[in-house]
Amino acid sequence: MKKNRVIPVLLLKNGWLVQSREFSRHQNLGNPIDAVKRLSKWASDELIYLDISRDDVYDIKRDDQGYDNINSFLGIIEAVSKEVFMPMTIGGKIKNLHDIEKRLLLGADKISINTEAYKENKLIENAAKEFGSQCIVVSMDVKKTLQGNRVFTNFGTKDTGHDPSYWSRRLEDSGAGEILLNSIDLDGTGRGYDIELIDQISSQCRCPIIALGGVGDWSHFKEALDKTNVDSVAAANIFQYTDQSVYLAKKYLAKNDCNVRKPDLLKI
Amino acid sequence: MVRKDVCILDYGSGNVGSVFNLLKHLKTNVVVSNEKKIIENSTHLILPGVGSFGSAMEKIRSKLPLDVIENQVINKNKPFLGICVGMQVLAGYGLEFGKHSGLGWIDGVVDLIQSGENPLPHIGWNNVDSICESKLMDGLETINDFYFVNSYCFKAKDKGNVLAETEYHEKFASVIGKDNILGVQFHPEKSQGAGQKIITNFLEY
Repeated sequence: MKKNRVIPVLLLKNGWLVQSREFSRHQNLGNPIDAVKRLSKWASDELIYLDISRDDVYDIKRDDQGYDNINSFLGIIEAVSKEVFMPMTIGGKIKNLHDIEKRLLLGADKISINTEAYKENKLIENAAKEFGSQCIVVSMDVKKTLQGNRVFTNFGTKDTGHDPSYWSRRLEDSGAGEILLNSIDLDGTGRGYDIELIDQISSQCRCPIIALGGVGDWSHFKEALDKTNVDSVAAANIFQYTDQSVYLAKKYLAKNDCNVRKPDLLKI
Repeated sequence: MVRKDVCILDYGSGNVGSVFNLLKHLKTNVVVSNEKKIIENSTHLILPGVGSFGSAMEKIRSKLPLDVIENQVINKNKPFLGICVGMQVLAGYGLEFGKHSGLGWIDGVVDLIQSGENPLPHIGWNNVDSICESKLMDGLETINDFYFVNSYCFKAKDKGNVLAETEYHEKFASVIGKDNILGVQFHPEKSQGAGQKIITNFLEY
């Protein structure tokens, strides 16, 4: 049977791995390539790599780590793809088909689009036609407002006025292969997913929904898998702090009857 | 240990880089090429593939010396592994975006997965269950999840050519084989340890 995926999300800002809280505070966590190697060893089902830099300064300054300075996000991705033998999604700063092609050629299996999906109407449609829906992930950041749930763009700063239910339907119709559904309010809080929102979107969409935002305990993954139609559960911060984190998460889920890939990896 | 020289057949397929990286990681001598000499001197051939059946076959015909490859694989029994669309083109023909002829090395047709309520493409980790013993699936009895991205699948004429199956509403062939000619529908280069194991097994042929 096809499995529900457990996906670590790595946030990259100016060449550093960071953790995020409510989309605004970012704490430096260190060298991204080391983190990917670790997570790869721990039976992640997939990795989502998001560039959240506001400007174009990328610099890994620590030569003491034994790595060369890599001065661009794409350079980092290229180095990462040599270490990772699992599916990889790359997001951030994608504005056109050329940007998508560049990332796929560097070893990405999928790309993730956010702000540009709102600015450029035809981007999703054209990208799906050119590269196939299977590699087009659209991320949707949702925040509670006085008018109810609204979709925000530009790193959670701009209200599009769209209701998430309406917008996810439109994304799917345009050819989005998967939707990465994130809660801005719960980002980095560890209070658990917005189950109501995930339930609403995952029961109306046929394409897989990846839940993100708020995980502070392995049981939050189980809650989303049990109570909603979500295909995959993702998190960022929680995977960075515990040794063997992904392995432990999957061991917990497998033991609690969730349909996940076994945590044990073959040693070659 | 006998020296292994792997040639990844180069016809402009998108996943060549990751397949190459995996073989490098396994410390294999590996090159990506479409040159006659290199193909002839290699011990193992790998045909990667993403995209649709027809466009893959078109590129294979225009970029690869098929007569040389056929001589190596069919007459000289050189071990050959097709990955994803590289496996599908082993069939006589495929039905994706119209009818296209394939290499025809293993009797069969490539058609849409009958996935019932499940969405297509079939993307994600799924079990690969051996239905007959093979060296390729050696050691993969319990840890057998592999990463798939496919809407179409190989319907073999001779069921004896199906080495393993995967269930996605219908059961489809996820590993096929006929002597030295092997094919996998999933992506070993994206399947972590299990993927590395199957490539290591292939190198034992």
